[in-house]
Amino acid sequence: MSADHSHGHDAPAHGTRRSYLTGFALSVVLTAIPFWLVMSGAIGNNQVTALVIMGFAFVQVIVHMIFFLHLDTRSEGGWNMLALIFTLVLVAIVLIGSLWVMYHMNLNMMPAMGSHDVSVM
Amino acid sequence: MAHTATLTDAPSFYLTDEHDHEAGGSTMLGFWIYLMSDCLIFAMLFACYGVFGTAYAGGPKPAEIFELPLVAVNTSMLLLSSITYGFAMLAMAENRKAGTLAWLAITGLFGLAFVGVELHEFSTLIAEGATPQRSAFLSAFFTLVGTHGLHVSLGIVWLATLMVQVAKRGLGAANKRRLMCLSLFWHFLDVIWIGVFTFVYLLGVIR
Repeated sequence: MSADHSHGHDAPAHGTRRSYLTGFALSVVLTAIPFWLVMSGAIGNNQVTALVIMGFAFVQVIVHMIFFLHLDTRSEGGWNMLALIFTLVLVAIVLIGSLWVMYHMNLNMMPAMGSHDVSVM
Repeated sequence: MAHTATLTDAPSFYLTDEHDHEAGGSTMLGFWIYLMSDCLIFAMLFACYGVFGTAYAGGPKPAEIFELPLVAVNTSMLLLSSITYGFAMLAMAENRKAGTLAWLAITGLFGLAFVGVELHEFSTLIAEGATPQRSAFLSAFFTLVGTHGLHVSLGIVWLATLMVQVAKRGLGAANKRRLMCLSLFWHFLDVIWIGVFTFVYLLGVIR
């Protein structure tokens, strides 16, 4: 591409055919394995399967961020990354906070089935 | 500050001799921040689903209503549309207008297939009585997956609009910028879908 005299605002990394294909191949593998694990029940233990497929999802999100969204620490002078980190902190607060608070609320609002349940509140 | 002060010696709180910023120089960052706010919407919906996901109210459970093969087809549609959009961006970088338009059209078709399969899934669920009104789990499910589907649908409208613009005006700087924004949007929706198929469908079925 011709030299761009903007400050790189308008010319974020486009990626190359190779990087797109790499990202695509990785995504296919990272999608196929979790589906296969769940549909075949290969692991046997549901809890282990759950943890494994969450791990795959986490890796795939990173693959997409790098190969498709072309995110790196230098794009837009680092502001993209900073905005993302800030968002991830908020997302973590929303998700963990909601699950945590609502779990305990459910527990504590549960009608006491027996007298021994009261003491745990 | 004297009242007689002219415009030039008034205090200025910004850089007056700002060097040239071409139009749209900050668009990409602004659009990224929009995507981050969209990410928060989805975080709320995921949190709702996390909280309500087990509130079946005696209604159907995920394992009884989710069809994983259908979800796998849907996932591959979205994944394929991501790579074809990538090819459109490569064609755009090489200033190949026809190639860009062709890849955009293919991307749009994959997007339509995704929305079509999702609508088919929703209508099957509703026909089975698994409507959003049935339980908190189904309300949260339809809201989360429906919001994502709505994003994809509007992305297709945006894609069609840009195809008309590119066809009429060519690959100018403005159209390239718009295509790059849509690229971020499209790939972002794919990232959200990773969360949906993992946490809603796969984890739902083995719960």
